[in-house]
Amino acid sequence: MGELGTNHLLGIKNISKDDIQLIFETADHFKEVINRPIKKVPSLRDVTIANLFFENSTRTRLSFELAEKRLSADVVNFSAASSSVKKGETLIDTVNNILAMKVDMVVMRHPNPGAGVFLSKHVNASIVNAGDGAHEHPTQALLDAYSIREKLGDVKGKNIVIVGDILHSRVALSNIFCLQKLGAKVKVCGPNTLMPKHIRSLGVEVEFDLKKALEWCDVANMLRVQNERMSTRYFPSTREYVAQYGLDKEKLNQLSKEIVIMHPGPINRGVEISSDVADSNHSIILHQVENGVAIRMAVLYLLASKMKHYKN
Amino acid sequence: MGKRILLNAEEINIILNRLACQLIEKHDDFKDTAIIGIQPRGVYLSDRLEKLITADYGLKKADFGKLDITFFRDDFMRGNKVLKANKTDINFIVEDKNVVLVDDVLYTGRSIRSALTAIQSFGRPRSIELLTLIDRRFSRHLPIQPDYKGRQVDAINDERVIVSWKENDGEDAVYIIQDNNG
Repeated sequence: MGELGTNHLLGIKNISKDDIQLIFETADHFKEVINRPIKKVPSLRDVTIANLFFENSTRTRLSFELAEKRLSADVVNFSAASSSVKKGETLIDTVNNILAMKVDMVVMRHPNPGAGVFLSKHVNASIVNAGDGAHEHPTQALLDAYSIREKLGDVKGKNIVIVGDILHSRVALSNIFCLQKLGAKVKVCGPNTLMPKHIRSLGVEVEFDLKKALEWCDVANMLRVQNERMSTRYFPSTREYVAQYGLDKEKLNQLSKEIVIMHPGPINRGVEISSDVADSNHSIILHQVENGVAIRMAVLYLLASKMKHYKN
Repeated sequence: MGKRILLNAEEINIILNRLACQLIEKHDDFKDTAIIGIQPRGVYLSDRLEKLITADYGLKKADFGKLDITFFRDDFMRGNKVLKANKTDINFIVEDKNVVLVDDVLYTGRSIRSALTAIQSFGRPRSIELLTLIDRRFSRHLPIQPDYKGRQVDAINDERVIVSWKENDGEDAVYIIQDNNG
């Protein structure tokens, strides 16, 4: 204990429970740091980090950038929309050119699954996956589990249901790995058309009835319907989706207990979750966002501590 | 490995009382004073001083806190040792306060340098002083000296000074340990 077992954070699947616990303990300290009058520490002042976003993002990108700046790292930003990628440059060329400018770490979001893994094998820098296609989004899973731990005391033994568009969701996959490693029971819930074919092989149960799923769970993580990734229609109409899988006050009030509501953002208000639920005190959505900065500071700090720049 | 005792429990007790009295002499009723133990080992000393000042001498106006300096250290990414953080507990503003930093052993001065930076995150103190139980002189890397010191020691570089506290180690004592490295 004390050091991460990995030089990159590419996904939750390949990191250990000890790594997750270490990230959480470190994040506890950074959460205290970001609530100080002066929220900055000098740890990473000689580290340069490139944020490469080949896909749109608001929260994750801002959160990483804030985390980097609060650790005093130098930050360069890159987004595919305004870059030479449009001129046909390959991923390795883009990244190697950026590394030639002496960058130590790369935070990357990419539409293709496995882009982070591919990069980690070809370039000499620490890689943090900020979402790769429908594959993994490890920091989101870490901050979700961290928020559950903060709200309920522990993740172990808790029942967590992930609701909605499981098929297109990297958040769902990383969450399943993370929560299971920490000893939680996980169910997924959503229309059959939005269930990956082999989801049960991960050891999760599939529930098609939202009411039953909510009655079973301690925490419901409501995922966004990812219209931009849908090439065909997966359900008859938005209205029908809302009726069956949208979470509103009425469905919550029918439950015999109180549950915690989460959402990784961005919210389609009135689709997967109604406004009154999203803004209610059951919801820890904004805590997730705050914890996101602390978790990302912890990840970057722990990865940087393995670089040992100055060792002979 | 050679081990000799430098201070026993009774001597430590006398020194703690003297240090508390020196603080009282300088800080009067502690109205604008914050006494801050440096994590991890300085906290035992600051807890003892807190007990002496508030319980035994009845002066209750001082603020007491704990400061972790891990993220402010200057040896990050430079060694094999992983820097593990401890809890910071400062629930007051240090702006315009007279801060007394408390640590068990002053050696190279680098921890204190980090603490001087770290404390700025909580405001701009009016003044900062340093109190240490043991002052290992002749081994400083930086121009930092204590304002209050328990005992000065001329330990050489391959010797280590270990401060034991009843709360954590079962006894109050200070040892000098000579490492046997051939």
